[in-house]
Amino acid sequence: MAENHDHQIEPMRYDLGLEAVHAAPVTKEGPKSFGAQLQGFWVIFRTMFKKVNTVQYPEVKEPTAPRFHGRHQLNRHPDGLEKCIGCELCAWACPADAIYVEGEANTEDHRISPGERYGKVYQINYLRCIFCGLCIEACPTRALTMTNEYELADDSRSKLIFEKEDLLAPLRQGMLLPPHPMYPDMDESNYYKGEVPGSHPSQESASPVNEVNL
Amino acid sequence: MTTTQEQTTQIVDMVTVVIDGFEVSVPKGTLVIRAAEKLGIQIPRFCDHPLLDPVGACRQCLVDIEINGRAFPKPQASCTIPVEAGMIIKTQLTSPVAQKAQKGVMEFLLINHPLDCPVCDKGGECPLQNQAMSTGRGESRFRGTKRTFEKPINISSQVLLDRERCILCARCTRFSDQIAADPFITLNERGALQQVGIYENQPFESYFSGNAVQICPVGALTGASYRFRARPFDLVSTPTACEHCAAGCSMRTDVRRGKTLRRLAGDDVEVNEEWNCDKGRWAFKYATAADRLTEPMIRDESGELRVASWPEALAAAAAGLQGKRSGVLVGGRATVEDAYGYSKFARVTLGTNDIDFRARVSSDEEREFLAARVVGSSTTYRDIDRADSVLLVGFEPEEESPIVFLRIYKQVRKRALKVTAIASKLSRGNEKLKANFVCVVPGVEAAVIAGQELTANSVILVGERAAESRGALSAVAALADRTGAKLAWIPRRAGERGALAAGAIGNLLPGGRPVVDAPARVDIAAAWGVDSLPTAVGRSSSEIFAAVNAGEIDALVVGGVDPLDSENHHAALIALKQAFIVSLEIRPSAITQLADVLLPVAAVSEKSGSFLNWEGRARSFETAVADSLQRCDLRILSMLADEMGRPIELATVKAAAQELAALGLWDGAHANFAPVSSAAPQSVSGNEALLTSWRRLLDDGSLQEGEENLAGTARKPVVVISPKRASALGVVDGDTIRVSNSHGAIVLPVLVEAIHDDAVWLPRNSRGSHLLATFGVASGALVTVVKD
Repeated sequence: MAENHDHQIEPMRYDLGLEAVHAAPVTKEGPKSFGAQLQGFWVIFRTMFKKVNTVQYPEVKEPTAPRFHGRHQLNRHPDGLEKCIGCELCAWACPADAIYVEGEANTEDHRISPGERYGKVYQINYLRCIFCGLCIEACPTRALTMTNEYELADDSRSKLIFEKEDLLAPLRQGMLLPPHPMYPDMDESNYYKGEVPGSHPSQESASPVNEVNL
Repeated sequence: MTTTQEQTTQIVDMVTVVIDGFEVSVPKGTLVIRAAEKLGIQIPRFCDHPLLDPVGACRQCLVDIEINGRAFPKPQASCTIPVEAGMIIKTQLTSPVAQKAQKGVMEFLLINHPLDCPVCDKGGECPLQNQAMSTGRGESRFRGTKRTFEKPINISSQVLLDRERCILCARCTRFSDQIAADPFITLNERGALQQVGIYENQPFESYFSGNAVQICPVGALTGASYRFRARPFDLVSTPTACEHCAAGCSMRTDVRRGKTLRRLAGDDVEVNEEWNCDKGRWAFKYATAADRLTEPMIRDESGELRVASWPEALAAAAAGLQGKRSGVLVGGRATVEDAYGYSKFARVTLGTNDIDFRARVSSDEEREFLAARVVGSSTTYRDIDRADSVLLVGFEPEEESPIVFLRIYKQVRKRALKVTAIASKLSRGNEKLKANFVCVVPGVEAAVIAGQELTANSVILVGERAAESRGALSAVAALADRTGAKLAWIPRRAGERGALAAGAIGNLLPGGRPVVDAPARVDIAAAWGVDSLPTAVGRSSSEIFAAVNAGEIDALVVGGVDPLDSENHHAALIALKQAFIVSLEIRPSAITQLADVLLPVAAVSEKSGSFLNWEGRARSFETAVADSLQRCDLRILSMLADEMGRPIELATVKAAAQELAALGLWDGAHANFAPVSSAAPQSVSGNEALLTSWRRLLDDGSLQEGEENLAGTARKPVVVISPKRASALGVVDGDTIRVSNSHGAIVLPVLVEAIHDDAVWLPRNSRGSHLLATFGVASGALVTVVKD
């Protein structure tokens, strides 16, 4: 290698050597035979009787694959308390830095989730999210899951930063809007084990917005 | 004496041991775990801490040891065993026995440790998490029920204890016992029920409790103000210096999205070792208070402050100052660079030496003392380590410079360092230091100081309150001269020593150059590129107020000064109403209400710069909140000077630091310090008493505002009187008494303690006890003490 290693710099060449490029000659083959053309039309004719895959989106919406990664959802326990504990593990796992969480302490008067801590601020930036689902894997309480909702286009950047209210699951039958106390005689471990059947009448009286109960 | 010899002259015996097949030589007495560290071999540990006594509580650091061919029958805790010649040590890296032992211990530790890492504040920076990953099993074999406790419990308003998470390493209890001298926290019960607890009858009112939170290797102790705030990956950490006192702690400031969330003690062996006080750790919310000033304001024709643009405000300030006789009040919180800016601004732009950084009770004697004995002096923490005795004059280390207290206590504990405190009241801090309490009548300390016997190896620590007793500083200087003892002046505020070095005082130019010294003036004038500097010695802050009232000064530039900090603040407030005031402030105060032009400045976390601590050691820091739009005082002064047509040319902090460094220290003669004789003792009769006081570490200071959890651990305000006076008044502990003078009265519960019979003590600036605002004086004056 050493003898080939000369320091002479080759001068810049301005002609690009296009004249040396041999263009492939264009040959005119003439029209195909009638039989060959008929073969082509046959493909079209045959396809007319096949099942149509085209969907008239957005008038018609097809369901996605069941495990399609769509918009996130923050789930609730059966009595309506939030499952999110504000631990930020989703934010930690996120490779796109799309999640922002701020935790806060639950108090007796203001309980959002079972246990000590809840997520006060929860934002997912869908301009950044790559729908990889690592946040879902990281979530220790199954608070964060993904829905199949894929219609996430909008006309401003700020609208694509989803706040906690946008992400929270709706209240289902038997759920009460937090803040309200935990189910009587149960603690957070009962919640995590799925032993809470639904809301208890004693929780309802403490819930500030009873009329939202659906 | 012996320690000094040991440290300086004795040749250290070295011991050679083999760890994992590598030889290493370490000083005799080194623990095995440190010897391994020297080789870069990390042995897992929880209870081990280099500044605490070994205890071997957690058993995580087990290693296999063999001496001269004879092996210990079982693995040994490497954090308690000192090295010996011929030791062959095998850690988990080479010994399956050690590895198995460590894994076993980890499994035991995790049995009762709850699986609540997701809600735990320590998650992400937890030694237990990390070492469970390196040393633990992937899956637990434990199928039983974990021990549970109520969680969390408040051991003070700012420290929360989760006993489930505790692994009983005893770091917190050893810290409070060995370092802070506040043994209010201890291990109760035994076996599986063992837990950290507090004494029921004594509140956990330690000034150092935050360190226990920081050194807790699990999330058992957490701070209330940082609870659930962030994860380590959210935080941008910056090494900073503490702005709260002159101890000069190095710190780490953690910022999330432009907001400081927590501060931790930094690691500096020469200064704060690894500790800091709770004020430094938790008092930072003032910078994000809702009433922070962010826009320049000028007073319009109707007398109201209105928001203005920067050019408009600077033009208004320049117009108000141009051609006027002006003075400058700096306050004790400016960084060295900012103080240098004020100093140069006063001399070059305003053409005056009327500048004073002492926004507190001060005296001319003190100013002479500072010029003659403090500028450029270099007594250090190391001198306390080596001292054979320490004399405290007008200085309460625990309340006024807590890291100095820790340093003295370390030596008191290690080698029974002799501490003598000259004061009117025995403080709890001095009790902990086992100090020889020399009880004096407030105001006549000088005679007692003169009678002290010290050696050349002693250290005299004199606080800023010595200025309140006429002749005390003269006596201290004479004592240091007579005995050869080292002398250190320890102010309370972080910026005072730096402001002194920067010449933000009437009798000194930067670098300790006396104003009266013509060559010194020429020196500085040449460096600053001006023809001449004002020759007359400037006025002190009280003289500046008096001069305004006498019509000799028309305008004031005021930075970070509270008029309620000065003696006779009535005169100060009257003066401030008359003068044209340009105020550089971070939050509204009595000054900003009177200001004609208000220029908002950056808080410490939003700027870079440096402080000089009481040793004279530079404590520089970088901007922690990087996206702040606030400008530092220096930058604003520079713009104002440009506007006035006499520039100081200090556009950046770096430029100021370089210029000040290039000026250097004055090598000429220091000003002579003419001793001042002490005052005659005042006669006290009947219900009269002489007032004595100091500021507590946690009180109503403006930098502690907005932190309720911290305020919860402040000591309760009380009036302290002697047993003799208590029996004369017929009061016992807890009764309320009324202390008054012609200006006002304070009513507080009484505490009967060791105090001079003629004296009464009150906290200077605590809730319900603001002496300067109420009495107009803080010490040495006669007050009336009656039962309420």
